[in-house]
Amino acid sequence: MTDQAYNFAYLDEQTKRMIRRAILKGVAVPGYQVPFASREMPMPYGWGTGGVQVTAACLVPEDRLKVIDQGADDTTNAVSIRKFFQRVAGVAVTEATQEATLIQTRHRIPDTSLSAGQILVYQVPIPEPLRFLEPRESETRKMHELEDYGLMHVKLYEDIARHGQIATSYAYPVKVEDRYVMDPSPIPKFDNPKLSNSPALQLFGAGREQRIYALPPFTHVVSLDFDDHPFVPSKADHACDLCDASDSYLDEVIIDDQGGRMFVCSDTDYCGGRRAAGHVGRLGEEAI
Amino acid sequence: MYVAVKGGERAIDNAHAWLAAERRGDAAVAELSLAQIRAQLSLAVNRVMAEGSLYDADLAALAIKQSRGDLIEAIFLIRAYRTTLPRLGASVPVETAQMAVIRRVSATFKDLPGGQVLGPTFDYTHRLLDFKLAAEGEALAAPATAAADLADVPHVTGFLNRDGLIEANPRSAAQPADLTREPMELPASRALRLQAITRGDEGFILSMAYSTQRGYGRTHAFVGELRIGMVAVEMEIPELGFAVEIGEIELTECETVNQFKGSKTEPPQFTRGYGLVFGQTERKAIAMSLVDRSLRWAELGEENSGAPAQDEEFVLMHADNIQATGFLEHIKLPHYVDFQSELELVRKLRAEVLAGTEAAE
Amino acid sequence: MTMTLQNLAKDQPLLSVQGLSKSYGTRIGCADISFDLFPGEVMGIVGESGSGKSTLLSCMAGHMAPDAGRVIFDTASGPRDTVQMAEAERRRMARTDWAFVHQNPRDGLRMGVSAGGNVGERLMAVGARHYGDIRDTATDWLGRVEIAADRIDDRPRAFSGGMQQRLQIARNLVTGPRLVFMDEPTGGLDVSVQARLLDLLRGLVREMGLSAIIVTHDLAVVRLLADRLMVMKDGHVVEQGLTDQVLDDPQHAYTQLLVSSVLQV
Repeated sequence: MTDQAYNFAYLDEQTKRMIRRAILKGVAVPGYQVPFASREMPMPYGWGTGGVQVTAACLVPEDRLKVIDQGADDTTNAVSIRKFFQRVAGVAVTEATQEATLIQTRHRIPDTSLSAGQILVYQVPIPEPLRFLEPRESETRKMHELEDYGLMHVKLYEDIARHGQIATSYAYPVKVEDRYVMDPSPIPKFDNPKLSNSPALQLFGAGREQRIYALPPFTHVVSLDFDDHPFVPSKADHACDLCDASDSYLDEVIIDDQGGRMFVCSDTDYCGGRRAAGHVGRLGEEAI
Repeated sequence: MYVAVKGGERAIDNAHAWLAAERRGDAAVAELSLAQIRAQLSLAVNRVMAEGSLYDADLAALAIKQSRGDLIEAIFLIRAYRTTLPRLGASVPVETAQMAVIRRVSATFKDLPGGQVLGPTFDYTHRLLDFKLAAEGEALAAPATAAADLADVPHVTGFLNRDGLIEANPRSAAQPADLTREPMELPASRALRLQAITRGDEGFILSMAYSTQRGYGRTHAFVGELRIGMVAVEMEIPELGFAVEIGEIELTECETVNQFKGSKTEPPQFTRGYGLVFGQTERKAIAMSLVDRSLRWAELGEENSGAPAQDEEFVLMHADNIQATGFLEHIKLPHYVDFQSELELVRKLRAEVLAGTEAAE
Repeated sequence: MTMTLQNLAKDQPLLSVQGLSKSYGTRIGCADISFDLFPGEVMGIVGESGSGKSTLLSCMAGHMAPDAGRVIFDTASGPRDTVQMAEAERRRMARTDWAFVHQNPRDGLRMGVSAGGNVGERLMAVGARHYGDIRDTATDWLGRVEIAADRIDDRPRAFSGGMQQRLQIARNLVTGPRLVFMDEPTGGLDVSVQARLLDLLRGLVREMGLSAIIVTHDLAVVRLLADRLMVMKDGHVVEQGLTDQVLDDPQHAYTQLLVSSVLQV
């Protein structure tokens, strides 16, 4: 039931047009951070206002929306955002990755492969991959303009010199189409390979920092590394204790105070689908 | 058998119900009315209007009630509501020299045309708890107030400007950029900086201003003038071809007179800092004028001493309490996935170091 | 000096400065400076503080926009006026063909990054992507500036002033720049440390056939390093010529004063 007091998907049409223009520019220049006049949203900055604005600008009444946080549909923030769009846009919602036309996500790329026609919207806290090396926006913009990315590799070099390997495990920087260095949002580096050559359109929204960027379908995305220290997507070296998947990203759950723990898929839809299909993990139960 | 955490939806609904009950508090105590909040917590209402960037005392009172008195939360409610309002047009600049002042003080001249008007100020109250207020039904001595009228009250800086003693501040017909409609671009114009500061967090702006007084980007400010009062808001109506008054708003304006600049060829002149804030918000307006002046170092050919209040990007990017509070508090959202990847990494690094030590032994 | 003479024979200057001027309001920074620098040549610019030598260096290196004049550099694609270049292009040149050694190593080093990372940055900026190779090159360069290989993972904060300056030099020279700007490279160092650094610089200049412009108030520095010398006063060049010639037989009264006021080396 749509709340009649608000325009479809909350934002007024002028604002949506402004955001769509930024999205189109982002699609035209993959990986480039497009400034946009982020609006104040009825949820706090840092809680997905960028993603929500991008979603609001993309939604049409026929859409089927899925919202995940940490890979799960039932985490509180995912529930809250999904409810928001049910209320202000009245769109259909789903938990099934394959059925969704638009997926808003925080911190994960679904483990089920995306397909053409789908849009994946990421919530981005800090869009600037160079931010913690250079705090000044005026300087980092110049560095992007000039492709002056030596500093980014200095950071990776320092990691290896100190730890023997690149010690970045999430928000792992990538280079897009051999031009812009981009922050893929705080997804685990396990998810990085899924950024590249995806048939889906990937949009990134940072509300507080007023930036939108995009990866159009089939964009080539490379995780930064050294020839002799290549990028390795990694995850817990286990299979899911519920569905026995060995190719999904796992959350670790502490189950008692004796150090007992179990590993379960962070993507709840993927895990549920596998269990429904009869896969059973170490601690799982046969689906009835 | 482990069951993945479910029921986020039910938890949220219940949290909302609980919050509503907490907000109402003891049902035996009479409920606050918006009129009460508006009338008796008027400075809170003023702050919410100023930082919420929306001049509507009733909505601000509602926001304060709904937020249980958490003013940043109230400002947030107002900002989110403001987003949905259509923009009908821009007013003509308000004329603060035509103000119905209830308070007007100058620290630079003992007396001046228009006079000093102390107004309703805490300044000379003794900060003693007044236990009479704890008892209900207080009786007030009626103050002697002349009804303030819109009148010509010339600005102190105008007197200085007549003699060329202060930098000129020429009027510009150019449409200033709008912080709420365009992304902030740095370096920002002064107009954009002032917009950011006037809706910035009072505590942050206060601390920035205070730091300049303590030597981090000192500007030797005098309060040339501080005035509070109602001004008329006028709008050009294209069909009419002239401006008509559409309402009145209360403003606090502060102009500081700051250390002079000059050289062998240019005679020395005082410089200006400017503060203008919705409502009776004089702490904010004074602080704003100090921060404004401090950020003008480059334009005035001053040295950058590396003080935070001279750093435009630092001040503008961190002044907004809605941005700040959202980002600060988002770290309580789940971060399992990122933490999990850090766990894996630390375990791996530790294993390598431990294997190395064992091999060495 | 044989190599220098040989290089001087090349007819194309590496850098040609033409009519360079910069004022600060009514005060003159430097006025109408012109000279050519040939490949393999080291030019010294001396003068007291306020003489305009630092302004001149900043304008040449693109850190400051001159009011008038041209700074023509012999790029890979032929001579180009670097003043007119887009900033992108100038910055690219600043991290490939050019190098800049600051007086204060803090201005030229990343103090929070290890010595190896400092030296490796320019390599990575131009596309080096093999960690082992970058590290080997960094180790080699640390050796060449007399920093022990086992300090490679230490941050410059832990280094003495002289070591920091040598690290800055290694960081600049690692990509084999064609032109090095140096601003008082020995300023702020103890005399004994200065001597060692000068020795090292002289060795590198000889060995690499560096082309350099060195700004200093220290005549001992130019005596040791510079083939040619320009003396500046109040923003103008008052005398120029071969270093030995200018120092041993100064013509201008100001140069005579400068020369007589320092110990002979």
